[in-house]
Amino acid sequence: QLKKVKKQKVLLMGKSGSGKSSMRSIIFSNYLARDTRRLGATIDIDLSHVKFLGNLTLNLWDCGGQEAFMENYLSQQRAHVFSNVGVLIYVFDIESRDVERDLATYVNIISALVQYSREAKVFVLIHKMDLVHPSTREQVFEERVSIVRRKTAEAVAIVRKQKPEYPASASVSEGSGMIPDIDLDMQLFATSIWDQSLYKAWASIIHDLVPNLGVIETQLASLGVAIDADEILLFERTSFLVVSKWTSPEGETNPWGDRFERMSNILKAWKHTCSKFTGTPRNAEQFSDFEYKMGPNFSMFVTKFTTNTYILVCMPPGEARFNSAKLNVAAARPWFKFLDGPVVAPASA
Amino acid sequence: VSDQASVPQTKGKPRLLLMGQRRSGKSSISSVVFHKLPPSETLFLESTARIQKDSLNSFMEFQVWDFPGQIDIFDNPNFTFDIDAIFGEIGALIWVIDAQDDYLESVARLNSTILNLQRGYPHINIEVFIHKVDGLSDDYKLDIQRDVTIRIQDELSDQGIENAPVNFHLTSIYDHSIFEAFSKVIQKLIPRLGQLEAMLTNLCRTCRFEKAYLFDVNTKIYIATDNTPEDMASYEICSDYVDVIIDFTEVYGSPEWKRSDEWRARLEGPPWLQTLENQVACEFAESGMVLADAQRPIMLREVDRFLALVAIMKEGSYDKMPQINMNVDVVVKGLIEFFEITKTKTGIAAV
Ligand SMILES: Nc1nc2c(ncn2[C@@H]2O[C@H](COP(=O)(O)OP(=O)(O)OP(=O)(O)O)[C@@H](O)[C@H]2O)c(=O)[nH]1
Ligand SMILES: Nc1nc2c(ncn2[C@@H]2O[C@H](COP(=O)(O)OP(=O)(O)O)[C@@H](O)[C@H]2O)c(=O)[nH]1
Ligand SMILES: [Mg+2]
Repeated sequence: QLKKVKKQKVLLMGKSGSGKSSMRSIIFSNYLARDTRRLGATIDIDLSHVKFLGNLTLNLWDCGGQEAFMENYLSQQRAHVFSNVGVLIYVFDIESRDVERDLATYVNIISALVQYSREAKVFVLIHKMDLVHPSTREQVFEERVSIVRRKTAEAVAIVRKQKPEYPASASVSEGSGMIPDIDLDMQLFATSIWDQSLYKAWASIIHDLVPNLGVIETQLASLGVAIDADEILLFERTSFLVVSKWTSPEGETNPWGDRFERMSNILKAWKHTCSKFTGTPRNAEQFSDFEYKMGPNFSMFVTKFTTNTYILVCMPPGEARFNSAKLNVAAARPWFKFLDGPVVAPASA
Repeated sequence: VSDQASVPQTKGKPRLLLMGQRRSGKSSISSVVFHKLPPSETLFLESTARIQKDSLNSFMEFQVWDFPGQIDIFDNPNFTFDIDAIFGEIGALIWVIDAQDDYLESVARLNSTILNLQRGYPHINIEVFIHKVDGLSDDYKLDIQRDVTIRIQDELSDQGIENAPVNFHLTSIYDHSIFEAFSKVIQKLIPRLGQLEAMLTNLCRTCRFEKAYLFDVNTKIYIATDNTPEDMASYEICSDYVDVIIDFTEVYGSPEWKRSDEWRARLEGPPWLQTLENQVACEFAESGMVLADAQRPIMLREVDRFLALVAIMKEGSYDKMPQINMNVDVVVKGLIEFFEITKTKTGIAAV
């Protein structure tokens, strides 16, 4: 059963200068990392509607992080900002000097979120990791993770205790005086706009939001088996985030665990290169087909797939195998039509 | 600084010397170009305390020497340099000037270095990299280049030196300019470059290519191109193409991902009944890419372990790939022969 269009409210929050607008511009508006130096501080909330595939709209609330704005979100605009949130992305600047204060603000935001949107998922990005010496990056990140987790737990616990003081909140109707267990769905990532880590975090963020993921995964698997592939990646056309992937048992032995975000990063950079070369706008489509055959080692191709997607196929070598895989991928396009809009797709293979 | 007395035996290997003031970017340049360090990571480079000698085994074997900025090799109270050991087998002296800093002292030191060199080693190419020009406007870049050029030429002609081989390049590690500059520097060290260029020009004519480059894959330095005018945009897309192929190769074609025997057995079994080697059309890496507007496809073909041919084709030629590939095959064979002969004749690049 295919679902209709889904709208998701996504809050992007964190201190001013932490890098929220930068990330958003790179992922969804095809900025280069160095272009973000020109971004000014966001005033109040910058609302944008990002169409992702045919049937998901992200209502992105980029919330300017200057203190006055933050206080306003927590007071006057509290219900407006924190109701119906699907995802909160909270960004910490690892270089920030005032960690205590950052954490205090974070705790306040989490409290407001838990109060108004119990089901919201939380993604915490420990950002600008490029500024930390490579040898201590992992350790610095782990330390920050445990602090943030502890603070989150504390914040959630406080809201739990205070619950009865907020009769207006949605959960009261669940009855029997029992305070429901607020188990926050939270993931943390180390990120930087200067490397592929950005793509890893954002692919996880959108992954759970994409409608009909089960159908996509099943169809990719049947395609993969049919063409004898070792790996298939499906990218959204503008962001080049990995929407879904399939890997054969042989493909699972590939030791490069970071290859998905790496491919996003490479292809997005390639798109920029092409746009510079052709002089066409960055958001426009740039290439339609990219083939690479590494002699008797392996073959691969990246090709325009449906209106909203590109597909990457990594497969065993062999000229005949390659040609038939390309034909089969073209033939499989109709199975994935539903990715392009809220239309009902025909029954799949 | 006491181990520099023993200069290792480096007979026949062209040497690139990187010199300039401290923090001018020498180590960053050699790390980015020769060791693929992401430019942003150069922030963490330690200051160089002694001469770093790098041996690069590529299409031709050469050495890169990174000199600590504070050392003046011609006037050093703590140590006498064996000047002949340093400059005897030289390929080029690259002088790095930080364009974002006050460069007068650097220019003065460069002038005295040139004067010193002119006495004993007048044939040495001096390549001035006016560096860190990212973030500077085009006008400002040219102003700096003009100013530096005049300061050097004036000083030299005051000393009666007219035709010193000094060249200027505007560079940054954050874009292609540093690779372009190195390409120019290296090309001057290639014996019989003209012959290579003629081969590429010929290829462009027979295959109706717009532009062709021969790349050293590891460094993205292009060692030759055809005789059509230089074109930065073409160089950039071809160089990025090499990058993409390297990344694809690392992720899916590296020795770290060794396919199992069962995998091979299945692929060589029915209905194929052929070894994988026999199932492929070309034993070397080859690639093609079509832009969304279907104009000007790009192709890449591996020449040997170190070299790849990258060409921008003309509209509509993607359908003629089989014929094109045959022509490319012929040229690739010629290139391989060229480098075999060059190796045995000059003794460089014992790969
Ligand atoms: N070194 C480094 N700088 C970054 C990174 N991400 C963003 N920046 C820089 O940080 C600065 C501020 O980024 P913005 O995206 O405008 O910050 P913001 O969170 O939207 O700030 P407000 O809108 O005021 O809340 C810009 O100059 C970016 O170039 C990163 O990962 N590493
Ligand atoms: N903006 C900019 N900074 C650079 C560039 N090249 C090097 N740098 C920076 O200059 C500083 C000094 O570089 P380093 O290589 O250690 O200088 P060295 O002492 O000459 O070896 C480092 O912080 C580099 O990141 C460049 O092209 N542009
Ligand atoms: Mg902003």
